[in-house]
Amino acid sequence: MRAGRPLLAAARRFFVAHPGAERLLDRLLRPAEILIKKPLFGCRMCGQCTLHETGLVCPMGCPKTLRNGPCGGVRFDGGCEVIPGMMCVWVKAERRSRLLPWRGAILRIQPALDWTQRGRSSWVNALMGRAGEARP
Amino acid sequence: MPSLLPGAGSIRPLAPRSGPPTRRLEEAFRSGRRVVTCEIAAGDSPDPADLLERVAIVRDVVDAVNLPDNTSGRAHLSGLAAAAIVAAAGVEPILHVSCRDINRIGLQSHLLGAAALGVRNLLCLTGDHVVHGDHPEAKPVFDLDSLQLLRLVGCLRTGRYLSGRAIEPAPDLFPGTTENPFAPPHDFRPLRLRKKIEAGARFVQTQIVFNVPRFRTFMQRVCDLGIDRQAPILAGVSPLRSARAARYMRDRIPGVDVPEALVRRMEGVAPARAEEEGIRIVVEILEEIRDLPGLAGFHLMPIRWEAAVPEIVRRAGLGRASAEAPAIGAGALDAAGTSAVVRERFT
Repeated sequence: MRAGRPLLAAARRFFVAHPGAERLLDRLLRPAEILIKKPLFGCRMCGQCTLHETGLVCPMGCPKTLRNGPCGGVRFDGGCEVIPGMMCVWVKAERRSRLLPWRGAILRIQPALDWTQRGRSSWVNALMGRAGEARP
Repeated sequence: MPSLLPGAGSIRPLAPRSGPPTRRLEEAFRSGRRVVTCEIAAGDSPDPADLLERVAIVRDVVDAVNLPDNTSGRAHLSGLAAAAIVAAAGVEPILHVSCRDINRIGLQSHLLGAAALGVRNLLCLTGDHVVHGDHPEAKPVFDLDSLQLLRLVGCLRTGRYLSGRAIEPAPDLFPGTTENPFAPPHDFRPLRLRKKIEAGARFVQTQIVFNVPRFRTFMQRVCDLGIDRQAPILAGVSPLRSARAARYMRDRIPGVDVPEALVRRMEGVAPARAEEEGIRIVVEILEEIRDLPGLAGFHLMPIRWEAAVPEIVRRAGLGRASAEAPAIGAGALDAAGTSAVVRERFT
């Protein structure tokens, strides 16, 4: 991982210098990302992926798109208060996060979404250091 | 200053009618005595007299009044307008701010507006979803969640918009938050509360306590985590007015846990005696939880039954004028009354 860092930095410099190449990379990676993350995690392509910190459950599946934990309306059987029959994504996220070696990550405060990045590849955004940079 | 307009020199500047926001809620928390707040529905009347009449019923027995933000996704008188009306009448307001109806631009201007109108205390909420209201077809916004809103308030307090643009002077805001000990995932709730305090919450008002054992477990964990020493916590309570109200709360309000035994108890009394029974239940709950470690006071939610509030406060011995609690304005808030323990607990 660490050895790859100069390589990533070089790639970032290249794409900063060539925005057209970044757009091309985004176009190429977007379908791959959808293909992998949609069936597995219910990905909604927010462009700022937090899956690894939310128990591998996509928080954008929450009708309130909550990224920092469950709302106060979760039903007593763990169901969503908005969509009948749906399990609360945060009940699922909390349960699954316990199985992960990095279980404490769910306690990290997630910044507000940058809506300009919606639909774009979060992999490209991560590469470009754009992920999770939205304020606050 | 030279003026371009003839006669402009004779225009006297307008002075605001109300002074700077009061800090009575924060001072009440600092005093270490039991704090009592009460939620008053803003109502649907464009005449402020309607709201003020209901506030007048409780003003002498509570430290602050909560003004909700279109509860359950139903449009009412704006919480900000209601809070400003209440503040101008000399009562300490707590304005609910939810993320359901406005985005971050609207929220920032809303919060700055609150500060300008003498409203300092905020209860930062995610907000009920629109499907529970009478406009289920409306677009739910949820641009931010409650934690991001708390951080936004923190950002404004430093004299900056989220964009980094300066606000001069920085608004003096006192953000609080809520937590529901009764909704799953139960183990996660205290941790989520800690997260909210990390995000900037300075006080906490909980969901209505009917299920005392569950609340006790929650508070135990909260104390173990030391959260009660970081922010004062007020337990929410609400009087049931009838068996129908009890069933409605149990079945229709997500996240409110009304145990079967309480519903049966309300059903077991004659309708004429139901109100008395409802008040008795609340007083019993208050007596059960009043000495729980980590509780700083209570938050009453009378749900348009304001007349019950003075009675509950009197019977439970909670009033700010009761023996253990010196009254506001009677020198209770000077430094002498604030013990080091209390100060440590609050800060």
